[in-house]
Amino acid sequence: MSAELTVLLTAIFAASACALVGTFLVVRRMAMMADAISHAILPGLVFAYFLANGPNLVAGVFGASLAGLATVALVEALQRTGRVKSDAAIGIVFPAMFALGTFAVSKWFSNVHLDADAILFGEIAFAPFDRLIIAGRDIGSQPLIVLAVLSLLNLVLVLLFYKEVKLATFDAGLAASLGFSPVLIHYGLMSAVSVTTVGAFAAVGAILVVALMIVPAATAYLLTDRLDLMIVYSVVCGVVSAIAGYYLAIELDVSISGMMAVTMGGLFAVAALFSPSYGIVARARRRAVQRERFSVDLLLLHLGHHPTGDESVAHLAAELDWPRARLQRAIRQAGAAGSVAIVGERVRLTPDGQDAVHAIAQRLSPS
Amino acid sequence: MTVAGTAATAPVAIRDLTVAYREQPVLWDVDLTLPEGKLIAIVGPNGAGKSTLIKAIMHLVPRTSGTISIFGKPYEQQRRLVGYVPQRGSVDWDFPTNALDVVQMGMYGKLGWVRRPGKRERETALACLEQVGMTAFANRQISQLSGGQQQRVFLARALAQDAQIYLLDEPFAGVDATTERAIIEVLRDLRSRGKTLIAVHHDLESLREYFDWLVVMNVRIIAAGPLETTLNAENLHAAYGGKILTLGAIGQPQLVGAE
Repeated sequence: MSAELTVLLTAIFAASACALVGTFLVVRRMAMMADAISHAILPGLVFAYFLANGPNLVAGVFGASLAGLATVALVEALQRTGRVKSDAAIGIVFPAMFALGTFAVSKWFSNVHLDADAILFGEIAFAPFDRLIIAGRDIGSQPLIVLAVLSLLNLVLVLLFYKEVKLATFDAGLAASLGFSPVLIHYGLMSAVSVTTVGAFAAVGAILVVALMIVPAATAYLLTDRLDLMIVYSVVCGVVSAIAGYYLAIELDVSISGMMAVTMGGLFAVAALFSPSYGIVARARRRAVQRERFSVDLLLLHLGHHPTGDESVAHLAAELDWPRARLQRAIRQAGAAGSVAIVGERVRLTPDGQDAVHAIAQRLSPS
Repeated sequence: MTVAGTAATAPVAIRDLTVAYREQPVLWDVDLTLPEGKLIAIVGPNGAGKSTLIKAIMHLVPRTSGTISIFGKPYEQQRRLVGYVPQRGSVDWDFPTNALDVVQMGMYGKLGWVRRPGKRERETALACLEQVGMTAFANRQISQLSGGQQQRVFLARALAQDAQIYLLDEPFAGVDATTERAIIEVLRDLRSRGKTLIAVHHDLESLREYFDWLVVMNVRIIAAGPLETTLNAENLHAAYGGKILTLGAIGQPQLVGAE
């Protein structure tokens, strides 16, 4: 396999493994927990390095996952005191864990290649050179294999436990009463997040792994009202960002993982602006349409209250106290709908308009 | 007080139950045997432990002491006999799902781990939505439902549980008149089919119209029994304490004045 393809596939699997678990973090409103875990696994890695007497994949995954779960448990223990809210608890725990890790690195492993840059930013371009050797045989690129396995593992977990995680997320009380322990499900999910973070972290670093988990899921949340589709969109968004980010990075000669995150940010911005249901543009347009319709309704009601059902434009402008343009638009639209007719300088309700006034009055009256 | 079945066969039998948060008792020495096939209201002031009581029945809160049995057996063996309608405010209504999907969640217990709901679950869920008059809203995103409609979706979900005992936490809180009527109709229908319904209730005015059995509590159980003998000024006074209570002309209890 060529080095280029190895890097591209590593990026794709990193994005899909993260997007699969990230979706649940977003709907559980626990996005910041990804940030906490990604930083807090450092002491776990250091501890594993110490125990295995060198870099070791299995020990690393195990140590880091343990550190991740310890972070989750510590944050929750702090929250239970009642005096520390969840955001503050996260802010207390993960810098402490990260500091513990950096302290250990600088104190005992200063001669070892475990530098801060690699931890924070990772280097996906080195993926082809980091080989997985089992029993003396070169199996392939370690980050690629690890992330492919993690993507598959997360996919299987989502397929198996989709229903349980969904229920425990939406209504933990019902889940518990039905015998699906929300605590078990929570820690199961957090384990998946921890392991995924460890796997993706070597490739993209502690900060960007958060982007990979949260941004595609947040983008998907803007595009659908269904959790199953949200997972699909999230993975698609992650994979598209990985591919686009890779080629853009090559083209511009910049960091690949950085460009992936930038592409994700771009996709999120596009969704936030142009999502058909929740986009800023669509909402603004809906509001504008609503406002126009409301203006027409008010105009018709106003005319309906006049015994003659008609009124001069100048009078209307004074009584409604609207800017001229708003009144003109409302009259034009009401005219187009056949609710009013303009007779000389006067606006008159048509029979259709009378019916409309009736319907509006009924709709607006409190039932 | 009539004895409605013995503790061994009663839908819910509670012995010496105490629940405490940080050494502060929320429920204190509760002994309670509830009869089958009744519409039972639990009333008491705020902080009386009403919600905690129904959560304790489902083991959703840790017990400090005491035992609870469902038809003579521990809750863990009887999960499928118990349906639950939590307080509407206890969940995130922005969750990406629709009414039909929420109702299907009621059947997850019977499906067990891993198995996914299929066509049959979907049809049952639709039938349950119909019972609460929400068929038209099956595919509606749940955040776009009104409070009353959300409450009816929760009731439909409990119906989908197809239980013998239903625990309802303030089913009438903040709902419109249409929903209140729809809910009480469904509850009466369930009672006529021999189900036991236990609801935390706030509105003392509607007690007589809706319920036939009553539990008055304030941390302890003050009185429990058929409505006619249990709904009186003495019991309510004992529960609501400082507030002055009178029985109106038609025997409707009313809370009057002073905090």
